[in-house]
Amino acid sequence: MVVKVYGKAQAVCPQRVMHCLMEKGVPFELVHVDIDTMEHKRPEFLQKQPFGQVPYIVDGDLELFESRAIVRYLAAKYADRGPNLLGRTPEERAKVEQWLDVEAINYNPWAFPIVFNLLVLPIRGLPANEAEAGAAVDKLNKVLEVYEKQLSKTKYLAGDEFTLADLTHIPATRYIVENCGLSHLLDDKKHVKAWWEDITARPAWKKLSSFVETGGSNYSP
Amino acid sequence: MLIPGFLVRGKVRRDHGGEGFRASDIGAATARVLLCLGEMGAEYELVPVDFFTREQKSPHHLARNAFGLVPVLEDGDLLLFESRAIARYVLRKYKSSGPDLVREGSLEESAMVDLWLEVEAQQYEKGILPIFFQIMVVPVLYGGVPDEKLVADGVEKLVKVLDVYEARLSQSKHLAVDFVSLADLSHVPFAHYIMATPCASLFQSRPHAKAWWDSLASRPACKKVTAALLT
Repeated sequence: MVVKVYGKAQAVCPQRVMHCLMEKGVPFELVHVDIDTMEHKRPEFLQKQPFGQVPYIVDGDLELFESRAIVRYLAAKYADRGPNLLGRTPEERAKVEQWLDVEAINYNPWAFPIVFNLLVLPIRGLPANEAEAGAAVDKLNKVLEVYEKQLSKTKYLAGDEFTLADLTHIPATRYIVENCGLSHLLDDKKHVKAWWEDITARPAWKKLSSFVETGGSNYSP
Repeated sequence: MLIPGFLVRGKVRRDHGGEGFRASDIGAATARVLLCLGEMGAEYELVPVDFFTREQKSPHHLARNAFGLVPVLEDGDLLLFESRAIARYVLRKYKSSGPDLVREGSLEESAMVDLWLEVEAQQYEKGILPIFFQIMVVPVLYGGVPDEKLVADGVEKLVKVLDVYEARLSQSKHLAVDFVSLADLSHVPFAHYIMATPCASLFQSRPHAKAWWDSLASRPACKKVTAALLT
């Protein structure tokens, strides 16, 4: 039975999960959740994800939500195939966990309002909070300055291999760079820019981008 | 009076096991880590970081945590920050000396621990932190008055989360699995602070959430750490 990912293809959190599945070469079915008609806030959906957010996955008997919990699960379950996404020693694993949390707690709180105000709301024809977006851009820039320091020491955030800690950054950052006119946030940071070009050149990410663009719903490696 | 996240009163224990620990000892994030160390009976040395002199932004601290935050763990050559990442590392390292709080033996169970730890970090903390900050920090540290709107916003978020917890805890003895896990313990520091405010009723009015909190708070390691959180 194939893993089912419930969500909207264009949304950041489902993309995180689908990218991880593609890195590992694990087939899945994307079951579309119609955010625009508030399907994710209806009782049937809330039974599966009580906070009314996407994605959730069904893998056999296991139902799981929170994209960062899902990618940890997938990386552990499929440790034997594809790239090693969790580190090879307890110390490396700890670094991966550290940077996963940095993304969740220090990066995403600024990335989200940028994408929401500068991309999502305009698409919906709704007024954006420019001040909120502007403040978030300043904060994100400061965070990226810290990333620049780290990436001058290691090729990827947690060490010298690509891991979940890098992966979780990609979907939101892509929108920031490509759709919000903010590529300068990365362009003026030599190591961040090199890191970004490297991780977005990964075949699995390119596959995921094309899957989303072409309205894919079933993936097989 | 102890002010959360700031001055520490001296060192806590002498290190025998080669594990150094640098932090303020009463911030919630630090407490999270100390709690896990306590559950596993691990020895540690606590070194204060003086927020009054902005030591957390000094070059020597920034060399340990470039974001200028606490806590930071030093274990041999390993330097680690983010309290939940530190907690996971410590609980894995000492897994044979205490309860199984990360459930690594089972993919499904460890996934549930990860899930509810994400909920704690993303949903719960977003609601409870502004309540804590406005009610407990602003009057003490800034001599100010709590911003009622920020408190109300926090309460609104926290109520939604606790409603989900109430439903979950009617199905499962603890959040992730039947046994206590890191996902439960991670809630303790901020919950402890909130119990000293009128917002305690948010927990007390939900029977399963109340029972869950009571059982966590009564754990010896929790009692020890929360005693250091407030005077």
